[in-house]
Amino acid sequence: MYEFEFTRPASVAEAVAALSTEDAQALGGGQTLIPTLKQRLAMPTTLVSLSGVAEMQGIRLEGDGPLVIGGAVTHAQVASGAGAYPALAALAGQIGDPAVRNRGTIGGSLANNDPAACYPAAALGSGATIVTNIRELAADDYFQGMFTTALEEGEIVVAVKFPIPDAANYQKFVQPASRFAMVGVFVARFADGVRVAVTGASEEGVFRWAEAEAALTANFTPDAISTLTVDADGMIGDIHGTKAYRAHLVNVMTRRAVSASA
Amino acid sequence: MPKDIDAKESGIGAASKRREDIRFLSGTGNYTDDINLNGQAYVHFLRSDVAHGRITSIETAAAAAMPGVLRVFTGADFEGVGSIPCGWQVTDRFGEVMQEPAHPVLAQGKVRHVGDPIAAVVAETAEAARDAAEAIELDIEELPAVVDMKAALAEGAPKVHDDLTSNLCYDWGFVEENKAAVDAAFDAAAHVTSLELVNNRLVANPMEPRVAVGDFNRATGDSTLYTTSQNPHVIRLLMGAFVLGIPEHKLRVVAPDVGGGFGSKIFHYAEEAFCTFAAKALNRAVKWTSSRSEAFMSDAHGRDHVTKIELALDADNNFTALRTDTLANMGAYLSTFAPSVPTWLHGTLMAGNYKTPLIYVNVKAVFTNTVPVDAYRGAGRPEATFQLERVIDKAALELGVDPIALRRQNFITEFPYATPVAVEYDTGDYVATMDKLEEIADIAGFAARRAESERAGKLRGLGVNCYIEACGIAPSNLVGQLGARAGLYESATVRVNATGGIVVMTGSHSHGQGHETSFPQVIASMIGIDEDMVEIEHGDTNNAPMGMGTYGSRSLAVGGSAMVRATEKIIAKAKKIAAHLMEAADADIELKDGQFSVAGTDKSVAWGDVTLAAYVPHNYPLEEIEPGLEETAFYDPANFTYPSGAYACEVEVDPETGKVSIERFAAADDFGNIVNPMIVDGQVHGGIGQGIGQALLEGCVYDENGQLLSASFMDYAMPRADDVPFYAVDHSCQTPCTHNPLGVKGCGEAGAIGSPPAVVNAVVNALRSAGKDVTHIDMPLSPARVWAAMQG
Repeated sequence: MYEFEFTRPASVAEAVAALSTEDAQALGGGQTLIPTLKQRLAMPTTLVSLSGVAEMQGIRLEGDGPLVIGGAVTHAQVASGAGAYPALAALAGQIGDPAVRNRGTIGGSLANNDPAACYPAAALGSGATIVTNIRELAADDYFQGMFTTALEEGEIVVAVKFPIPDAANYQKFVQPASRFAMVGVFVARFADGVRVAVTGASEEGVFRWAEAEAALTANFTPDAISTLTVDADGMIGDIHGTKAYRAHLVNVMTRRAVSASA
Repeated sequence: MPKDIDAKESGIGAASKRREDIRFLSGTGNYTDDINLNGQAYVHFLRSDVAHGRITSIETAAAAAMPGVLRVFTGADFEGVGSIPCGWQVTDRFGEVMQEPAHPVLAQGKVRHVGDPIAAVVAETAEAARDAAEAIELDIEELPAVVDMKAALAEGAPKVHDDLTSNLCYDWGFVEENKAAVDAAFDAAAHVTSLELVNNRLVANPMEPRVAVGDFNRATGDSTLYTTSQNPHVIRLLMGAFVLGIPEHKLRVVAPDVGGGFGSKIFHYAEEAFCTFAAKALNRAVKWTSSRSEAFMSDAHGRDHVTKIELALDADNNFTALRTDTLANMGAYLSTFAPSVPTWLHGTLMAGNYKTPLIYVNVKAVFTNTVPVDAYRGAGRPEATFQLERVIDKAALELGVDPIALRRQNFITEFPYATPVAVEYDTGDYVATMDKLEEIADIAGFAARRAESERAGKLRGLGVNCYIEACGIAPSNLVGQLGARAGLYESATVRVNATGGIVVMTGSHSHGQGHETSFPQVIASMIGIDEDMVEIEHGDTNNAPMGMGTYGSRSLAVGGSAMVRATEKIIAKAKKIAAHLMEAADADIELKDGQFSVAGTDKSVAWGDVTLAAYVPHNYPLEEIEPGLEETAFYDPANFTYPSGAYACEVEVDPETGKVSIERFAAADDFGNIVNPMIVDGQVHGGIGQGIGQALLEGCVYDENGQLLSASFMDYAMPRADDVPFYAVDHSCQTPCTHNPLGVKGCGEAGAIGSPPAVVNAVVNALRSAGKDVTHIDMPLSPARVWAAMQG
């Protein structure tokens, strides 16, 4: 990696100030950024570690929900500490391997918005609210395509508020090499309807499968969606699977998520 | 040799714990990257990011002026330096020798694959070298790349090497004289089964990437290379004699602890020559440590065959002839043993375990704009086994017969057996290993397990296959006739110290095989002393007299045999000393349990008394025997060894996703005699793991422009612990090798050779159980491929 300055602010205000310097880069758990730096594919002047920011720590349940998770909370902490939202805890426990889970953070994952990451499916599927240093963003407005979010320059994911559904489940079909999601489907059933979010599959990044949501809201069973399909056009096709295969898996994983949560 | 081997506590047959694991598991190994010399500088290689191109300009002045830079080298610095040599010259079916291109240390004029080194920056730190490499101004005129082998052989295809007539390295026919008879047998066949398949390209990916440290002593003029090698003596010969012009007595090569090789560390690589060359040019030690990314594009790859195989059978389902057509990828240059892999390590194994009387193998080796391809665990034998065992399974399908019965019917049952592909199997018992397999795999219980899987919505399949391999590589006279530019003997020096302890310097290199444990077991048994009295030294050309290294499951069969021969000389001399001490005749001396005794008397002296006398020769027949107790032997095998076995795999396939899960795996191997059954188990486990990796997960993929798509572990799927099951491994079927003193056959490659067809046979079997008309799926059997096959 190239040389850079390193700073570890203690508050959101300090972090925002540090990120205002030219070519400064926020560092969450570093599970994407550090390999990128090692490959010399990025050249920030300053790395601003968010791991010590006080307002970004901890998991707390507000009444019966939402569950509020600090942006610097690691996957391992969510896996063990989000018992109020078991489907979310289970999802976090399946990300990467123990080393990744002990460093990677929910804020970092959502800010990066890797099209094969797990958390975007949970946030979008839950209808979560992304709390930044300047505003609150609905998940529906936050995700804007592969590696693209509504975050502006220097904006930090301070926390994520998850409403807690009546039932939910995440099914991940892993890419054989990276074990990222080749297709991951998060299904959440609320009193006012069902949400289905799909990661890994689309060239546009995480997306909601509207037809499946409508069918499952009417009838929350796997059979309700057995004949529904997503269009293979727009799915990712690569050496691990064709567009048609991913489109097929979206249906399979959605049915399995419904079965597992029903 | 006793059959109840696991019951022994020490010596040959004992499951002695691997003594080397103490340092490997406690982080106290001494790997090449742990070696840091005074004044050491670091090299970073600028590598081609295009598959094929002409270097139109290369400007290094800015890079050379960067802080900490000692010198920037380019291809021009290596004019007059030798080419990286190839160790095997194949003669084609028309009697012509293969086309053999030059392989410069740094690219000269052209780049020929992504990763081809173009320039090298040596600097005070690795980071400074990398910084400066980015400041090299390079212009490359990109040329059309050839990646696909068929396209590479087409008329008018771009040539990887302008000075060759085409991209065809050789067109090899074996046995050429049999071709007409084979064709006639096909014309007369009652049934012909034909199968086209791919043996997928693999990246070895040993845990430890390659490292080289070159050093030069200006006072003595001696060069030293520390390197991650499976055969330091071979590197000394190839690099010293052919590339840099350094005679052996001025060049030392050390391969200390090496973290896995699997073939990829046999070969002489440009980076080794560079570090040795640059150390002398700069009078500084020069170190290179490969990153994993560099390893993907600079370590030799494995396999990469495209094959059509045809099997002819008579009306009674006897195999009457076999015919194969293979394209074998050589990559952009000829790596050290590359030409031998698809020919003599592949064609000679096409008989497998079967008495097929007529066989013809054609192999066209092809240059492409890809990383060179060479031996990878099994090297040619997995490719032979895979196609043969797949076509037999397909024949059984077409004929509606049981695949195990079809194999049994065609087994070779009498030994020695001369195959129609030029080798003679000394021993084997294929019926016994198949019987053992049926027992340990519980083949009889498969139907019940399948029913249970079906109740859970899964498709269950059973795949069985046999394998034979030629190991204990190799008789020098024979391989010399076949084009080897080296002998393939092994050497050992056994040094007995005054107090009776022994150091063995062996040319066999241990990089995971456990020689430091198993070799002492042999000597301890021969003399009757404790294993702990014997230490093994290897990996340094200053120790062992010569060494051809470790590959081809040869270490115990060839290196161990050299050690036995040297120990026999030790014992013979020690008996003379003992006879003198006891005032008896040499012929009357017996050695048992570390005691020399005079036959028919109660007179005896201990091993330690004799060794002490050898070094403190006060009462010693100096006029008849030299003092000291040290002997060297070279051993050249009379034949290959022929380990064999039968493997069974049971899979479950998820019919909705195509995901394959290996539920059971059984291996019944005949390795001849066994020295350490626990180490043998471990070798088989590791080999099967790699075979499962090839069958289900691993695939090295280039795009049509020669860019490596599977260039990291993000896209190249290595097998992980949860991809493999617990194995049922048995090696109680033992038909000892007849021509080496230990009766051993070798076990290092069997797992990787025997397992891929079992996996594929099992998956095809599973899909057919659901009525899918699937006869073959190319490896790796990824979920996507299996699902696509199910869609028809």
